[in-house]
Amino acid sequence: MSQPTDKPSNGNPPAKWEPRIVAFFCNWCTYTAADLAGVSRMKHASNVRIIRVMCSGRVDPQFVLEAFAKGADGVLIGGCHFGDCHYSEGNYKAARRIRMLRRVLADMGIEADRFRLEWISASEGEKVKLVINDMAEKVKALGPLGMPGQFKDFDREMEHLEAEAGVKEVAHAG
Amino acid sequence: MPDKPKVAFYWCASCGGCEESVVDLAEGILGVVDAVDIIFWPVAMDFKRSDVEAMADGSILVSMINGAVRSTEQEEMVRMLRRKSQLVIAYGACAHLGGIPGLANQFDREQILKFVYEESPSTQNIEKTYPTLKFQEDGRTVTLPEMHRLVRTLDQVIPVDYYLPGCPPTPKLLQQALTALLSGTAPPKGSVLSPDIALCEECPRKETKPPDLSFTAFKRPHTSELDPEKCLLTQGFLCMGPATRGGCEALCVQGNMPCSGCFGPTSRVKDQGAKFLSSICSNVVATDEKEIDATLATIPDPVGTFYRYGLAASLLRARMGRQAEV
Repeated sequence: MSQPTDKPSNGNPPAKWEPRIVAFFCNWCTYTAADLAGVSRMKHASNVRIIRVMCSGRVDPQFVLEAFAKGADGVLIGGCHFGDCHYSEGNYKAARRIRMLRRVLADMGIEADRFRLEWISASEGEKVKLVINDMAEKVKALGPLGMPGQFKDFDREMEHLEAEAGVKEVAHAG
Repeated sequence: MPDKPKVAFYWCASCGGCEESVVDLAEGILGVVDAVDIIFWPVAMDFKRSDVEAMADGSILVSMINGAVRSTEQEEMVRMLRRKSQLVIAYGACAHLGGIPGLANQFDREQILKFVYEESPSTQNIEKTYPTLKFQEDGRTVTLPEMHRLVRTLDQVIPVDYYLPGCPPTPKLLQQALTALLSGTAPPKGSVLSPDIALCEECPRKETKPPDLSFTAFKRPHTSELDPEKCLLTQGFLCMGPATRGGCEALCVQGNMPCSGCFGPTSRVKDQGAKFLSSICSNVVATDEKEIDATLATIPDPVGTFYRYGLAASLLRARMGRQAEV
């Protein structure tokens, strides 16, 4: 499987901005399917960084939030079809959490297309390619999410006021 | 008179409940006053800002600051108290996690001002008068502090040494914290001064909690009757106990109300809301996506439920797409 290299963007999106998508793939199905896609030399967008987990049910909502907070523009989770889970019901648990997490993300202003859950079995290499390409395109259309940038922007408010507060205190002392 | 250690209390964006919890020490407060000098406490004593300004840096043993930080005035005050104090304690859920005021991070400052000064049902403001930062009249200038763009926890503004969790912290925890600080037996800096276990561990209803929970719908305390003996989660109420730090001795549950999470997470958790969401939703019974949605729809406000006290301290901190400062 071809691993896309991580190009640091140094915080500011240049003219050639490419979305970064973090993908959590289940070891038993979607990860194997991605492997199959690689062995079959299928070409897909290089925007996805794949993290192998033992089950889609292992994906803690904290992982998703942390990915976004640390600069991901999209998060993709791949698990087994219903009825196929290696641990019998991990994917049901994932489905339930993710449906609620979607609502939280919507309320927090993160667009629906940035977060996707797909059921992809080990034989569906083609689907891995289609899903990744489709998601990369949609996230590209949305543009950068830029949470680290927003956090820096928040901090700037503090720098500004910190300097001002310093001046004021001198004024009080005088 | 030999110098007693100096203690300061201050409030930022808070409701006053934390101040009340200090008073709730009842006669215990006499012991506190015996052991320390309270040199600043705007809600109860007549010391001024200038009195604190006149003190040497580091001359206060400990400042207990409650409330989230939302305005430039609060920011200035906590920066000053930080300089004057050897130790700063984030006192209560708002200073610790942002608290209820932190929920305002779902909205723009401008949206909030517009609602408060124009749109709220109890407001009549035909001339659309808004508070201004500077106002001149008769050659005098009056100023107001500015509202920050978002609500911050205390440790997002200044370094914090300890956290006393709770909305408000219990008098028992305050007493223990003071005793530990005065006797020099305080835990490592950065600690939350409350047991690092989930609330369920100390809940009197623990025995009635089954190993596997299952939910078909979530109930709300004002629409359904609560059994006073059984685990509230088994009854279908959203009790934050599993995702919340203990130390309050399950006060709300003892009052037959579900835990709403004010003590924040344990040290193993980064984002309390996500963790509670995870635990609750995975135990929904439905297996079909439509049915799952139907069950989850009985939680009408997920952010307000899972992040009731923790939004400002959460991984996402605030709603995205808010206007950048011009």
